[in-house]
Amino acid sequence: MSQVDFDAMVRQALESNDYAPLIESVPYARMIGMQCLRLGDEMVFRLPQSQDNIGNPMLPAIHGGVIAGFMEHAAMLHLLMFMGTPHLPKIIDFSIDYLRAGHYRDTFAACQVWRQGRRVANVAITAWQTQQAEPIATARCHFKIDQA
Amino acid sequence: MSDSLILERTQRFLSLLRHCQVLGLSVEHADRKGLTLRLPYSEQLIGNPETGGIHGGAITTLMDTTCGISTACALPELEVCPTLDLRIDYMHPAEPGLDVFGFAECYRVTPHVIFTRGVAYQRDINEPIAHVVGTFMRMGQPPRKGGAGGEGAA
Repeated sequence: MSQVDFDAMVRQALESNDYAPLIESVPYARMIGMQCLRLGDEMVFRLPQSQDNIGNPMLPAIHGGVIAGFMEHAAMLHLLMFMGTPHLPKIIDFSIDYLRAGHYRDTFAACQVWRQGRRVANVAITAWQTQQAEPIATARCHFKIDQA
Repeated sequence: MSDSLILERTQRFLSLLRHCQVLGLSVEHADRKGLTLRLPYSEQLIGNPETGGIHGGAITTLMDTTCGISTACALPELEVCPTLDLRIDYMHPAEPGLDVFGFAECYRVTPHVIFTRGVAYQRDINEPIAHVVGTFMRMGQPPRKGGAGGEGAA
C-alpha cells in the first residue's frame, strides 16, 4: 500500500484548522462520516447522523459497532495530534460500555490519554449526544505506538 | 428449536440492520451452538492506508453483531438484547484482502443477562485475529399485536 505521511498531514491540519484531509486519508473514517472540531486546546470528534450507520431500525439507533469504531478512531487521531506519534497507532485491546441508546442524531467524542509510555498508550474515550455529562458510551483502549 | 429455524431467524435478524447491510455482512453458519457471520473485505473498511488492513471498528461491528445475534441461537423466542459491554483483544492484525469471519456463542443465559464470547478469524478459527467477550441485556420479546405476551423480562 501507499506511504502516508501522517506527520505532515497532522501539522497541516492543525495549522489550517482543516481536518478533512486527515480524516479522508482513512477510508473507514470517511465511510462512517467522521469529523473533527477544535475547541480551543481541545479536540472534539463528531459523527453526524447518517442512515447508513443505523443498527436498530426500531428506535432507530446507531449500530453499537459504529459507535465503537468512531471512538476507536477518535483515540487514534487524538494520539496523532496531541502526542506526536508519527504513525497510526495499532490497537491492542478495546473495551466499551454502552450506557444509553445512541439515537439517530449527531454523536460526539472526546479522549483522555491516561498514560503514554514508549511502546503503549492507554486512552479513555467518552461519547455523548445531548450532554457531555450524560454519555451514551465510555471506552478504554491500549495502542501500540511505533516511535519514529 | 431446529437448526434450520435458527438459521432463518438469524438471517432475518441480520437483514434488519442497515449498517450491517452497508458492510455486506452475511450469515455463514448458525445452529444451537453458535453463529458465524462473514464480513467481506472491502477497501472502504481500510483503517490503515499504509498496510491496507481493515479498521478495528469494522471488526468491532462484526463481533458486536455476531455476539448480539448469537443470542437468537440460545433463546426459545427472539428477544431484543442491547449490548451492555464488549471487549476485544487483538491477537494479530487482519490480513488485507481476506474476508473476516466472526463466531460467537452464548456461554451463560440468565433471566436478565446473556454472556457471550467469540473470535474473529480469517484463514483458521484456531488462529484468531481477535478474542471477544460481550454481555447483553434481555429485554423480553417485543410486544405482539393482539396483546398476548411480551411484557418484558422483569
